[in-house]
Amino acid sequence: MSHKITRRKVLAGTAAGAALATFKFPAPAVAQKAPFKLGLLTVKTGPLAEGGIQMEQGVITFLKEKNYMMGGRKVDFVSADTGGNPAGAKTKVQELVERDKVDVVLGPLASFELYAISDYIIQHKMPTLSLAAAQDLTQRKPNPYLLRASATSSQAMQPMGHYAATEMKLKRVVTVVEDFAFGYEQMGGFQAAFEKDGGCVTKKLWPPIVTPDYTPYLAQISDCDGVCQGFAGSNPLRFMKQYHSFGLKFPVCTGETGGDDALLKSFGDDAIGLVSACPYTLDLENDANKRFVNGMMKNYNTVPGFYAAGLYVNCQVVDAGLKALGGDASNKEKFLATMKGLSIKDTPRGPIKFDHLGNVVGNIFIRKLGKEGAKYGLKLWNKTVKTYENVSQFWVWPEKEYLAEPVYTRSYPPLKKC
Amino acid sequence: MTFWVLLAVNSITFGGLLFLLSAGFSLIFGLMRIPNLTHGSLFMLGAYVGATLIVSVLNTSIDFWLAAILSALIVAIFGALIERLLLRRLPGEPLAQVLVTLGISFMVADFCLMVWGGDPISVATPSSLVGFVRYGVAVFPLYRLAIIGIAAVVALALWLLLERTRLGAMIRAGVDDPDMARVVGIRVSQIFTIVFGLGAALAGFAGIIGGPILSVYPGLDQDMLPLALVVVILGGTGSLLGSFVGSLIVGFLYNFGQALLPELAYFILFLPMLLVLVLRPQGLFGRQLP
Repeated sequence: MSHKITRRKVLAGTAAGAALATFKFPAPAVAQKAPFKLGLLTVKTGPLAEGGIQMEQGVITFLKEKNYMMGGRKVDFVSADTGGNPAGAKTKVQELVERDKVDVVLGPLASFELYAISDYIIQHKMPTLSLAAAQDLTQRKPNPYLLRASATSSQAMQPMGHYAATEMKLKRVVTVVEDFAFGYEQMGGFQAAFEKDGGCVTKKLWPPIVTPDYTPYLAQISDCDGVCQGFAGSNPLRFMKQYHSFGLKFPVCTGETGGDDALLKSFGDDAIGLVSACPYTLDLENDANKRFVNGMMKNYNTVPGFYAAGLYVNCQVVDAGLKALGGDASNKEKFLATMKGLSIKDTPRGPIKFDHLGNVVGNIFIRKLGKEGAKYGLKLWNKTVKTYENVSQFWVWPEKEYLAEPVYTRSYPPLKKC
Repeated sequence: MTFWVLLAVNSITFGGLLFLLSAGFSLIFGLMRIPNLTHGSLFMLGAYVGATLIVSVLNTSIDFWLAAILSALIVAIFGALIERLLLRRLPGEPLAQVLVTLGISFMVADFCLMVWGGDPISVATPSSLVGFVRYGVAVFPLYRLAIIGIAAVVALALWLLLERTRLGAMIRAGVDDPDMARVVGIRVSQIFTIVFGLGAALAGFAGIIGGPILSVYPGLDQDMLPLALVVVILGGTGSLLGSFVGSLIVGFLYNFGQALLPELAYFILFLPMLLVLVLRPQGLFGRQLP
């Protein structure tokens, strides 16, 4: 007895299988009733995975809360892992758009990923709600298909500069941040706002992204009364620890990645006193944030940071836009314009709206890290000490004046003698 | 002045940590003739396992030093298994072996991400070594000074093992001329397993010792592997003295390079490696491979 598998049998089997498949899943007759396709570009492997996993958790928490319905339509969620690099982002966005035929793209995480896919988005007129902070895509080289409900790189750092000068009463600050675009833009914003209010940046240090030991930089922190760090990923943890172990006592301030709430469970007591500016805070007591944080705790037993919050807010925007159009997202230009025109009151970061370039106008929270008020089983807590409302990407400057200046770089704004 | 003292002392402590990392890498490279690209992963695995042991096993927390030794043992077993089950099956095919180690490094990275998640883990400094030493106006963390001591002890132990024991003599014979060693009755393939396990143990140990300074996070493996590679190419493969001196050189280059010329930090770090490869391929203290 032999069971030979002939080519004929294989063909017959495949045909039968294909027939069965078509029979079981008939093509939807009316496009309106087809599920709404939500695509996410995130990072689930490699060094950027911490934030990327949070992004996906934020989306799923929103979908579970809404029973996978948006604007009256069932949602089909497709998540793609870019691996955290521009080439991966390019491949995956093509898959989402051309193979999965998504209606909207959420993400990507990193600025260089967004730059890599920006032209593609324009070409395919694909509404994209990004988390990546690459400023110029909503400033000097605007991408009309882009909406950013989180913040530009310097949107939180500009209020931080104001707070450092006026409330922390710092006069001379050393800045230290990774040597890449997100770092330049953060510190450019900090410096411009800090110096506008009478402070002075005395030294700018730029460690490479991969710096196991910050001692060579810590040794250069002197002749100042404060430090501003803008590290991302796991770097803030290591920086604060090493900063403390060398007995440095100057107050430290930072932006959304350097003091992210998701890091609270990893930070040690050495981070106490860290002042951070962030477009989201775990501390905010409003209905949306309660729903969101409880959802995150229930689904993942973890507190959200600004990556998860950013994507949750993005989902709210998509949901509200879809609702306003009665669930019809087929006209992409109209869908985009509707979302851009939204003003949503109840989000985990408070009320938001968009400016004409597609960037968010909303709250920036200044928080101080300490033990007081810690919830959800955490030992440390970012307590909100001040809320700046309706902060735009241009801070206090008129848009024209802001855009006339060059984009922030390593050497701009330049160091002044002081 | 303070600045220079601080950097000089830190160069030595960082060199100490690099020595713990690269001594095993050098031994494996010397004996098996392959750069073990899993070495960074073994470092990271040791750090993760150690950090987990310290925090809790069945709700009883384990002392830092005991956790360090246990995680070294666990990583050693893992390393020995890699050699015995995978590399052994590809004898005389160095390229295939290197690719296998590269493959395993990606798998370990994903495994760690799956088990420990993406959040960085902070390893507490052992309580007896918290605090710092003051020298004039310079402040130096006690734990970092302790690393110099740990590296010195490990260096001495390894030297005794290699120079004063029968096993050490067999390893040296295997490094110098594996074929001839086989002829005189040394089971070189068994030595391979032992050395791979020992190298893995050192990497895992270095991982947890480095924990209080570096913390543990996804990507730690890729951050550390190039440093080990530079050390070993500078110092010479299979040479203990080579990895000792190489670690110190890299420690100084790293610290002073980043402090004085941060834009060229990596240039300064890798330039000596290129020069050595071109002018003295066997490294400063390595012997010409047969």
